[in-house]
Amino acid sequence: MIAWLRGNLFSGWASGLATLLVCAGAAALLPDLLRWGATHAVFAPDAEQCRALDGAGACWGVIAEKYRLVLFGRYPHAEHWRPALATALVLAVLAGFLLLPRAGRFFLGRAVPLAAFAAFGIAALAGALFLMAGGALGLAAVDTSRWGGLPLTLLLALGAVVGALPGGILLALGRRSSLPAIRALCAVYIELVRGLPLIPVLFMAAFLFPLFLPRGLGADVLLRVLVALILFAAAHLAEVVRGGLQSVPQGQYDTARALGFTPWQVQRYIILPQALRAALPALTNSFIAVFKDVSLVTVVSLYELTGALQLALAGDADWRPYFLEGYLFIGAIYWAGCFALSRWSARMEAR
Amino acid sequence: MKLSPLRCALLVLAGAAAGFAAPAAHAGKTLDAVRQHGRVVCGVSTGLPGFSAVDSKGNWVGLDTDVCRALAAAVLGDAGKVKWTPLNSQQRFTPLQAGEIDVLSRNTTWTLTRDASMGLHFAAVTYYDGQGFMVAKKSKVTNVKQLKGAEICVQSGTTTEKNLTDYFRAQGMKAKPVVFESYEASLKAFFSGRCQAYTTDVSSLAAIRDKEVKNPDDYAILPELISKEPLGPAVRRGDDEWFAIVKWVVYALIEAEELGVTQANAESLKRSANPAVQRLLGGAEDMGRLLGLDKEWAYRAIRAVGNYGEIFDRNLGANSPLKLPRGSNQLWTKGGLMYAPPIR
Repeated sequence: MIAWLRGNLFSGWASGLATLLVCAGAAALLPDLLRWGATHAVFAPDAEQCRALDGAGACWGVIAEKYRLVLFGRYPHAEHWRPALATALVLAVLAGFLLLPRAGRFFLGRAVPLAAFAAFGIAALAGALFLMAGGALGLAAVDTSRWGGLPLTLLLALGAVVGALPGGILLALGRRSSLPAIRALCAVYIELVRGLPLIPVLFMAAFLFPLFLPRGLGADVLLRVLVALILFAAAHLAEVVRGGLQSVPQGQYDTARALGFTPWQVQRYIILPQALRAALPALTNSFIAVFKDVSLVTVVSLYELTGALQLALAGDADWRPYFLEGYLFIGAIYWAGCFALSRWSARMEAR
Repeated sequence: MKLSPLRCALLVLAGAAAGFAAPAAHAGKTLDAVRQHGRVVCGVSTGLPGFSAVDSKGNWVGLDTDVCRALAAAVLGDAGKVKWTPLNSQQRFTPLQAGEIDVLSRNTTWTLTRDASMGLHFAAVTYYDGQGFMVAKKSKVTNVKQLKGAEICVQSGTTTEKNLTDYFRAQGMKAKPVVFESYEASLKAFFSGRCQAYTTDVSSLAAIRDKEVKNPDDYAILPELISKEPLGPAVRRGDDEWFAIVKWVVYALIEAEELGVTQANAESLKRSANPAVQRLLGGAEDMGRLLGLDKEWAYRAIRAVGNYGEIFDRNLGANSPLKLPRGSNQLWTKGGLMYAPPIR
C-alpha cells in the first residue's frame, strides 16, 4: 500500500505536488458538490419544494417528473413500453457484440460464426424498428416524426455507424486505387464532405432537399437525416481507415499477389483485417463523435435526447428553472454510452 | 444546332426544375388535403408556457394549441385530429412554405416583412403582446428612461434584440445589450447580476419572475412596453379558402365570448332567441357553407375549446399558473383590443 502510494502518487516532487493539489481541490469542492447534489437535493417531483431550495440543492425531482418525456420524446404516452423495449433490443445488440464471442467460447468451445452474429443483430434491430413504427400485429402505427429521446439517439447513431463503415472502407480503398478516375472521385468526395459542418448538411437534408421534389413525394425526414449522417460520417471514417491501410507495408500486398490472391482477396484476407485493427482506436474515436453528433439533429425538429429535454422543460413554467439537472441526467446517459464504447474498443484491441 | 453536353445538362435541369416547381405553386387546396388525411398539421413552438407546450403526460397545451384544436373541430369535427409539429424560431417559416404544415400557430409576431415576403398570411391576432423589462427592485429603477447606459440581457434569434436597439436609438439613449443564445443562459446571467435589466415579451416576464426565483417581490416589471407584438396563426399564401377558414375560426371564438356563448352553454344556446347567437352556432342560418364547411363549424370549435375568454383563462389567465391579466387582450367592449368582425 505504502509502496504503491510512493510509486504511483509521490514518485518525485512534481508528482507529489500534483497529488496534493488534486487532493486539496477535491477536499474543497467535494463537500459543496455533495451538499448540492445529495444532502440538500430534492428527489420528489414537487416544484414547490424545489423552488424553496433557491439553488442551494439540486432539484432531481425534475427528472422524476419528466423522465418519460426526456427518454421517449413525443412518442405517444400510452405506448411508451414500445420505445422502452426497442431501446432494450438495441442495447442487447450492442451488448451481444461484446459478450457473444466469450459466450461462444464458453458454451460451444469456439467462436460464434459471423453469420449468426449478423442474423442476431439484424433480427433485433428489425424488431426494434417494428416496435417503434408499429402498424401491424395490433400495434398502432406511430409516425417517425413522433419518435424521440433515447431510442432515436441510439437508432440514428447505430444506423450512421453501420451505414458509414462500409462506405468509409470503400472510399478509403477508392482513394488508394490505381484508377485515376476513382481515386479523384473519392478524394473529391472526402475533402468536400469533410470540409462541411454537420448542421448545414442536416439542414439541406431536412429542408432544402424536399423543395426540389414534388410535394408529398420524397423520403421521410428521419430517413433523409439518417442518410445525411451516413454520408457525413463515411467521409470521416474513410480517412481513419486510410490511415490503417497505410500502416500495412506494401510488401504484404506484393507477396500475396505473387502467391496467387486476387486483388480483392488480398484486401479481404490480408490488408483490411490488419488495417482495421490498427485503426481501431481512431475508429472508436469517430464512433463516439458520431454518437455525440446525433444530438445536432434536434436543429431539424427530430427530438432526440437533448431536443426531448428542451420539449419537456421549455414550456413548463414550473419545471423550466431546472435545466441544469436535466442536462446532467442526459450527460450521464451520454457518458455511459461513450464509456461502454471505449471499453468495447479496448477489449477488441486486446483480442 | 449541336448542343454541348454541359448545355444539355443545364436544359434538363431547368426543365426538371420547372416541372417540379409548377405543382408546388398550384398546390391542391389545403382544405381538401386536410379532409383527405383527416388531420390538421399544426406548427407549434418547442415550448413556451401558456402558448404551446408539452405537459408531463405528453399532451400539448396552451393558447396556440387550442387555436389548432378549434380549427380541427370546425373542419373535421374532432378536436383531437391535430398533428403537432414543434418548430424552433429559426426554422418555423420553411415548413409552412414547403407545405409540410397547414397552419403556423406559434407565438409569431405579425409584421409587414413576414406578411409580405415570407410566402405566408397572418390570419388573425390571438394575443397582443409587447416587449417589456424586468429589473431588480433594489436597483431602484422604476421606468425605462433610467436604463440609460445599462447592460441589458437579451436572447438572440428573435425580434427582441432589434426592438431593444431600435427603442434606445429612438430615445437617443445608449444601450448595452448582452446577447445570449439560449433562454436559460440569458436568465441565469440576469439573476446572477450580469445585467441591470432583462428584456423579453411581457407575457413571459411574469412567469419568469414568479417561477425562477425564490422571492418574486425582489423583481419588478417596468410599466412601459417598447414594442407591439401581435401574435397569431399564419397560413401559406395562395389558398384563400383556407386563409378564410382559419381567420373565421379565430373570430368565431372571440365573437362567442362577446355573445356570452361558452363551452358549457353552447348546446342550450343553439335555440337562443338572439339571431347573432343563432347564426354563430348554426341554429338557423348556415354560415359555414360560405367557408366550405357545414353549419355547426363554430359550434363544434366552441364545444371543443371554449370561447376566447375561456381559452385565455385556462392557459394564461386566472385559471393558469401564469395568472396574466387580460390587459389588451380583453374584448373591445371592455376596453381591450379583441374585436371580431360580425358573423353574418
